[in-house]
Amino acid sequence: MTTARVETRGSQQAQRGPAWLGETLGYLRRNPSMIVGGLLLLTLVLFTGLGRLIVDTNAASPLSAPPAQPPGPDVPLGSDPQGRDILSVMILGTWLTVRTGLVAGALGVAVGSAIGLYAGYVGGRRDKAITWVVDVLLTVPAILLLVMIAAVVQTELTSLGMALIIAALAWRRPARQVRSQMLVIRNAGYIEMARLSGLGPLRIIFGEIVPNLLPFLISSFVTAVSAAILAGVGLEAMGLGPQNEPTLGMTIFWIMELSAFLRGMWWWIVPPLAILVVLFVGLYLVNAGLDELANPRLRRRA
Amino acid sequence: MLVLIGRRIVMVVAVVWAAATLNFFIPRIAPKNPIAEKLTQLAGTSGVDPTKIQEMSQAFGARFGLDQPLLTQYLRYIGDMARFDFGQSITKYPARVSDLIGEALPWTLGLMITTTLLAFLIGTLLGAAAGWYRNSKLLSVVSPIIMVFSAIPFYLLGLVLIYIFASRLGWFPVSGGYGLTSVPEWSWDFAVEVLQHATLPALSILIASVGTWAIGMRGMMVTVQGEDYMTFAEAKGLKPSRLFYRYGMRNALLPQVTALALYFGQIVTGAVLVEIVFAYPGLGSLLLDSIKLFDFPTIYGIVFILTLTVALSMLLVDLLYPLLDPRARVGR
Repeated sequence: MTTARVETRGSQQAQRGPAWLGETLGYLRRNPSMIVGGLLLLTLVLFTGLGRLIVDTNAASPLSAPPAQPPGPDVPLGSDPQGRDILSVMILGTWLTVRTGLVAGALGVAVGSAIGLYAGYVGGRRDKAITWVVDVLLTVPAILLLVMIAAVVQTELTSLGMALIIAALAWRRPARQVRSQMLVIRNAGYIEMARLSGLGPLRIIFGEIVPNLLPFLISSFVTAVSAAILAGVGLEAMGLGPQNEPTLGMTIFWIMELSAFLRGMWWWIVPPLAILVVLFVGLYLVNAGLDELANPRLRRRA
Repeated sequence: MLVLIGRRIVMVVAVVWAAATLNFFIPRIAPKNPIAEKLTQLAGTSGVDPTKIQEMSQAFGARFGLDQPLLTQYLRYIGDMARFDFGQSITKYPARVSDLIGEALPWTLGLMITTTLLAFLIGTLLGAAAGWYRNSKLLSVVSPIIMVFSAIPFYLLGLVLIYIFASRLGWFPVSGGYGLTSVPEWSWDFAVEVLQHATLPALSILIASVGTWAIGMRGMMVTVQGEDYMTFAEAKGLKPSRLFYRYGMRNALLPQVTALALYFGQIVTGAVLVEIVFAYPGLGSLLLDSIKLFDFPTIYGIVFILTLTVALSMLLVDLLYPLLDPRARVGR
């Protein structure tokens, strides 16, 4: 029984290699949400990437433009009451916000997977203890812990520092997810095979398990990035972000703080909202697409 | 069953204890004592009577027992937390933090409970219909839109709604929980005012969370439809409505309820930010004010209470679950 399963697994593995690229392309064609999401994210990357080359982003600091101007020849997207050029703020802010998400998401998934892989691999009492601690920590809403940390270190916080603070909590969900995936994989025939042929635990984890978890880890990474951006922008909107960097969340904080709604400053309100909505929807659609890649059962159902 | 409940209660205690402990140690990791720092800052900037500052720092010193060893401080602190004694607010001294929280909590709970239940109900029904009538033109247009909305954070949607319906169209007030000039009272006019102010915050939570429930329910409904008992019930000639509610929804609902327990943390986070965006007089706005003025006792009190709310709601769902699922009643 076990040997039969090992054989079929093995042959599937062998076939998958060369057909991989064609499969991906065919898959993309069947998966419009991935394409739309990818295009949305690409637009933002081009906006901030090209923008930084063309526009002088020094104008994103206060007092570099006449205050509270509607869009005009000097200030293409207008300026805020403190004299920041909105176009520069958006270009720089998009980059800073995305970078926060990428750094925190990458750290979170790396640390979380390490913990999850360890717990899932050793099993038993240690696994139970780790899972329990992660469960307890998962129940405490992240933003509340982040508020406490950020409130203490608030002064002199940079956007990279904030990414680190967010990463301090971003590992919990990946740890939980990777661990439960490990439980499924651990008993698979090919792992048994690897163990019987005398491979050490590290070679089994990185040589056999991680490659099989890869699609799952990528999807987990996109989720973590999205969650990190959500947490970051949320903290910044409460005024807990970097005080001297024009991130999108800080822009939202100033919009509320200086009552842009009552003053009718639409040129200040619309751009950050639009960019954030595009960013979140783009990440969501890409993730929905990746979910199907990581979980073939969803593909057949659709 | 009893063992399960016992384990859950231990979990709740552990969660609350973890939150309180982190509350205690995080400020102590910081190089300086934030409370002393802010008190001095307050004395320098706001021209508060120096004797009052003295009195305040003494009160805080005594409360935290700053001269005693760390372990004694910690045990005392945990004891205080267990009795919901969060001390006195710095900015609104000598108001007690627990009183400030007590004032704000009904607003937060009212907004959160109403919107969560409504979103769960609407989303679940919508998802069930979308999974059941997969050929419906209307649903195939509506459901992707709702799902995309579920990707947008509550507060961003709130800002968009404020911009369109309050700032541009002027249909609803921009912010607050009631009019600037009115005083909270039990009257018809005031109730209408409160509803008017609550509409946009509630809508932003509703629109953004309906999709989450719809996605889960649609998936489960499709799975349930493939079960043998559905084929059998259909062959028996049961009415379609009975098939839909009693056979389809009843069974597809179970994972939704589990998801509800896991979703509470997100709802609290979302609601806090929505309140901030709308300057709604709940815990979120209190939190924002406390952050701006470095009112640490209030910040910690709010964090503690919100964590407790999440943990208790999860426990509640866990206790209700056996009512829905007979298998959970038997237990192992």
